[in-house]
Amino acid sequence: MNNWPLWEVFIRSKNGLEHRHCGSLHATDATMALENARDVYTRRGEGVSIWVVPSSQITASNPEHNGETFEPALDKVYRHPTFYELPDELKHM
Amino acid sequence: MSNSKINYILGIADNALILGQRLSELCGHGPSLETDIATTNIALDLLGQTRSYYQYAAELQGGEATEDTLAFLRKEREYKNVLLVEQPNTDFGYVMARQYMFDVFHLLLLEQLQNSNDEVLAAIAKKSIKEVSYHKRFSGDWIKRLGDGTEESHNRMQEAFDNLWTFTNELFLMTADDTAMVEAGVGVDVAALKAAWTQEITALLTEATLTVPDLKYFLKGGKEGIHSEHMGFILTEMQYMQRTYPNMTW
Repeated sequence: MNNWPLWEVFIRSKNGLEHRHCGSLHATDATMALENARDVYTRRGEGVSIWVVPSSQITASNPEHNGETFEPALDKVYRHPTFYELPDELKHM
Repeated sequence: MSNSKINYILGIADNALILGQRLSELCGHGPSLETDIATTNIALDLLGQTRSYYQYAAELQGGEATEDTLAFLRKEREYKNVLLVEQPNTDFGYVMARQYMFDVFHLLLLEQLQNSNDEVLAAIAKKSIKEVSYHKRFSGDWIKRLGDGTEESHNRMQEAFDNLWTFTNELFLMTADDTAMVEAGVGVDVAALKAAWTQEITALLTEATLTVPDLKYFLKGGKEGIHSEHMGFILTEMQYMQRTYPNMTW
């Protein structure tokens, strides 16, 4: 079991919502990964759809580069749409 | 209310209870975290179904009977489960072979039982069909993987079928209560399920590159309360709390 590949599991909780990453598990292939995801992550009615992706297929950003990757965005407040006056009639923004 | 009906319900319930108890022994001991939780889920499905049947049987029996007294306070001879479900978890191959052979039978039974003229039984059957369909898919997939896997997994899967095959014929034996309930339009003619069961098992075993065992002599007795040597140990563990601390609750 230790050499089973790792899979990332994404669950969509309701129709109309997006799939969200909820965890990972081990399985020998995609079919088993789906079945395992059903048993591990949807036991309490959490989902209506499951995606599984081999973890090896995910390309991740390098945490060592977090400074140059993310910090420049932290002081650019003007990129947030908070400088507009919203009319009172506009709801749900 | 006729004893036949109560006995009939207990027969169906006891199969699910004892198999559920066997599977729950794997909780925390499964071959991997994922299969551990999967077999525990199946155990919980079966125990959930068991509750519906025992509640109904207790209602029919009346008096002091409850789902708990039926599940926990009967003696070995009073349990009517088939011998197959009480066989031990020798290895994961045995667990899956036992499961698949029971699942195929269980689904065929429920598909008929949902047409019972007893509305409660029909409703329980209807609700259980989705659960049992998944059980069968899970166990069937594993048999294909292991049968058509490595030389060792193939041999161990074959050994499990060879050794458990002797318990399969009992699934299709009709007790006097079975016959009475079929005549009353309540129960299922299990003898008539054998052809479909054999066909389905043969197809899967062939796909899994396994051989269907060829056996002329079969064991029986569980449905009449005559169990294998394993049953006493199962009940000892299962009934320990109620026997040691009568009426305890939590």
